[in-house]
Amino acid sequence: MSVSVRSDAPARPPRRLSSQLFEFLGSMNFAIMLLVVVAIASVIGTVLKQNQPYQDYIIKFGPFWFDVFRKLGLYDVYDAPWFLCILGFLVLSTSVCLWRHVPGMLAEINHFRTTVQAKSLRAFHSHAEWALPEQTAAQVQQSVSELLGARGYRVRLKEHSDHRVLAGLKGGLNRCGYLFAHLAIVIICIGGLLDGNLPLKWREWRGEIRLETRDVPARDVPDSSRLQPSDNFSFRGNVRLPEGTTTNFLFLRLRDGFFIQELPFAIELKKFNVEFYPTGQPKSFESDVLIHDEDHLQQPLPATIRVNHPLVYRGYAIYQSDFGDGGSLLTMRAQPLLGQQGEAPQLQGRVGEKIPLKTPQGPLTLELDDFRLYNILPVPASEQNDPQAHGEAGRKVRNFGPNFTYRLRDATGQAEEYQNFMVPMRLDGRSFFLSGVRGSPAEEFSYLHIPADAKLSPDRFLRFVALLHDQPRLHALFTAAGESAPGLNAEELATVRERLVDLFLRQGIDAIVAQTRARVPADKAEEASRFFLELLRRSLGEVYIQVLREEGLKPEDGVADADETFFNDALNALSALGSYRAPFWLQLTNFEQLQASGLQITKAGGQNIVYLGFALLTLGVFVMFYTSHRRVWAWIAADGAGTQLILAGSGNRHQDAFAKEFDEIVRTAARRFGPPLAESAAPER
Amino acid sequence: MAVTREHMLDDLAAPGFWQRLTLRDWLWAALVVAGSLWAYASYSAYMDEYEVAILAGCALGLIAWGLQWPPARGLSLTVAGLSLFALWRYGNDLGAQERDFFLKYLLGSQEAFMWMSALFVLATLTYIAHSVSQSAFVGRVASALTWSASTIGITGLMVRWRESYLMGTDIGHIPVSNLYEVFILFAVVTALLYLYHERRTGTRKMGAFVLLVISAAIAFLLWYTFDREANRIMPLVPALQSYWMKIHVPANFIGYGSFALAAMLGCAWLLRDKAERAGWRAVAAALPPCALLDDVMYKAIALGFAAFTLATILGALWAAEAWGGYWSWDPKETWALIVWLNYAAWLHLRLTKGMRGAPMAWWSIIGLLVTAFAFLGVNMWLSGLHSYGTL
Repeated sequence: MSVSVRSDAPARPPRRLSSQLFEFLGSMNFAIMLLVVVAIASVIGTVLKQNQPYQDYIIKFGPFWFDVFRKLGLYDVYDAPWFLCILGFLVLSTSVCLWRHVPGMLAEINHFRTTVQAKSLRAFHSHAEWALPEQTAAQVQQSVSELLGARGYRVRLKEHSDHRVLAGLKGGLNRCGYLFAHLAIVIICIGGLLDGNLPLKWREWRGEIRLETRDVPARDVPDSSRLQPSDNFSFRGNVRLPEGTTTNFLFLRLRDGFFIQELPFAIELKKFNVEFYPTGQPKSFESDVLIHDEDHLQQPLPATIRVNHPLVYRGYAIYQSDFGDGGSLLTMRAQPLLGQQGEAPQLQGRVGEKIPLKTPQGPLTLELDDFRLYNILPVPASEQNDPQAHGEAGRKVRNFGPNFTYRLRDATGQAEEYQNFMVPMRLDGRSFFLSGVRGSPAEEFSYLHIPADAKLSPDRFLRFVALLHDQPRLHALFTAAGESAPGLNAEELATVRERLVDLFLRQGIDAIVAQTRARVPADKAEEASRFFLELLRRSLGEVYIQVLREEGLKPEDGVADADETFFNDALNALSALGSYRAPFWLQLTNFEQLQASGLQITKAGGQNIVYLGFALLTLGVFVMFYTSHRRVWAWIAADGAGTQLILAGSGNRHQDAFAKEFDEIVRTAARRFGPPLAESAAPER
Repeated sequence: MAVTREHMLDDLAAPGFWQRLTLRDWLWAALVVAGSLWAYASYSAYMDEYEVAILAGCALGLIAWGLQWPPARGLSLTVAGLSLFALWRYGNDLGAQERDFFLKYLLGSQEAFMWMSALFVLATLTYIAHSVSQSAFVGRVASALTWSASTIGITGLMVRWRESYLMGTDIGHIPVSNLYEVFILFAVVTALLYLYHERRTGTRKMGAFVLLVISAAIAFLLWYTFDREANRIMPLVPALQSYWMKIHVPANFIGYGSFALAAMLGCAWLLRDKAERAGWRAVAAALPPCALLDDVMYKAIALGFAAFTLATILGALWAAEAWGGYWSWDPKETWALIVWLNYAAWLHLRLTKGMRGAPMAWWSIIGLLVTAFAFLGVNMWLSGLHSYGTL
């Protein structure tokens, strides 16, 4: 290690508190403590997810701890006053350290230290000594000076009363390494501070601007929550832009609200493109945009923004951030599941809209939430041989086509969420229309499988459902069968069958079993339920045969395997209807997709400052570690007619590399002066 | 003496950089330049201007590396030879790996990684045998095994790079894109850093410790391969499709490798220290002296810190292009900062306060735990933008 230039005098006047404080701030102990404290404090924000909606935190911690943590600023730790304060101390400590050491270090670069004792040189790890009876001090000095100069040392001579000292010096850059690296920290922190939220918070604290916490459309946001382009040196905001629309502002989210940041130009989204790999992973997201800026552009500037390829325009960087639906127009048919008669009503609406519906079960609101054109999902195990599927065996995926998500909200505000696929999905060789339902986003969808007929349409199933709900036709059908049972005439049996079908449709098989148990003595219950279930199955079968007949098939000549499988699938779907809850199934019949691109727009005024810091830091660190500040001394004294020479040296880094260089110096010197009397031992291995 | 003054000065001066270069040095540089030009001619259609710059930078870096550390030349040439051979056997057909003898049993990337794994584990055992037996021959065998493992490992990465392009030009990418691939990188980088210090210090007694951490990485790699089938080549998500990956990831792994090396030497330091104080002669003899361990530990952390600083800065620059800001306090970024602060504190203590000994050894071990959390823990337990390698 290098030796401190100034040594503390033993007796000093008592220092003032301010200078003691100054010394403490610049001290190494304080700096190391700060490094460790910042490291530990930084952990908090990685463990607790930052900047989530406040509602999430309340659910997680309960109202009491929510409030405690909010006051501690834990939801936005890196902007919390106490955290910034620690960072401030780190900057202060580094600055004080620089302030105290830079002058000394700069002086050190050119300070030759020509006053040394022979005794102390002999104590150096690298030293060598000669007695030269035939050379004068001046000759020796000349040789050593040339030798050191040839090795890149700057040399200075000082004549003392009985000896002279040649002091050599090289590698002053190493000291600059320290300066660069530490200055870089200060610069990076200042640049980062400028790009942080602090200026915004300052203006908020001064009352110049007010955070908008209501859920209102952008046009209703008051001026006090709007920031003009010139107001804000640095920001990072988002906007969701549907295709074909234009925006000239964005949202800056902060805590539980937002500001609106106005832009000095407008962005129009022409088209959003998404591509997938055959494996179903996204390959690229791209937004084709037009920049409108009449003051600076003769005509709108077209550009394509991709992930990793932002558009930088007038110091504003525009990034592809996410995407979603921009209000696709959906045409749907509300296929009745509860026997409502008549043509299924057609509905039309855009994603994001709320449509009031009148149903026999009371008014419902249809909230169209999302539409997705591609659904690339793992292929079920039974379909692994599907030639349309991509990927390796066992992990195949396939595009299952468009689906849409909606909620049905009743008058009390309760809602179920549904997800319907447009085209039937092949499972085990059959095709089904899938419609998922769940009570809350925390649950998984449970899917109703509506079997598709040979034309891949849901019509047969829907006719089957309609007929099952059509009391008069059902009655006629069952009566016409002319069947009777012990104790029941044909008319009575038909009524029993109607009731069975009705109970099955409303409450499922289990309800039939339960009712039988309740009404029939225990010893006959099993036999009775078997009878009723068999009767139900036969009845449903007859209704299904009727459906087939109406399709123009001739079931009398035998029912095809596929039609029989369909019957079983239909029964499964019918049993599941009880838990489907909605009175109708929304079949997506047509759509016009409109996508939206999520853009992130930033202005980082401090970026160039930070980048300067980065450059200095990199340079500083490498220079500090991989150059070395080296000193060599030659102590020369007349010794009788001859001369005594002591060479010694040290480096502040890479001592073994210096030792090697010193060995070479000694060997070169030995060619001139002969072997030295004493030499330092080889470095320990 | 009929010596002219100029001659005398010549005699005194240390030979300059250019004068010290031998014919072999020039040959090495010429080979690297020729290879890079060939790579440019063959693949420039797939490169953007940044990638061309990276290729040029790699060429310069490789020349410098070979000049600074001559064994790097043999390594590079062997890797180049094996890789080109594998490329030739592949032709343009990925299916060749099922048919071709060399690809199926040696040079297909999967097979290469299996060989690497086996060799690293063998090397670990041999280094332990060397420390116990003190046999110089066993030590040389251990070194040779480590060299072979590194060679075949890098070759595997090169071949995997090609294989990804054989799957489809839009799928092709440098194999440093997920946890599986970077674990191989980690093993190889750590081994090469170790081999550098082994040659420099002239002792092989550090090997048993350093190779242990590599073997641990190999154990993870094998589990990851066989249990999770993580070895499959997957296409890149849009956020990773950038030339930054080629420089950010390797720079990071020079850091991680160095920190791992330093931590293992910290373990060795503590054991040697304990052995000396407790008078366990045999144990002490199996370990290098504390002063040497201390020196190598410092050098490793210094290099690791410099590389990690660079890597984090490159990461910040990439983040500014991909995520919209050079710093977002994302968990990965924050943990990188924590690692950086940790080693910054270590270096301050060592360089400014001149601290050595047990506390520094312990600190470097704890440093590896912090680093491991930043590397793996963040991916496993914390969510964020940088979730590219999940378990």
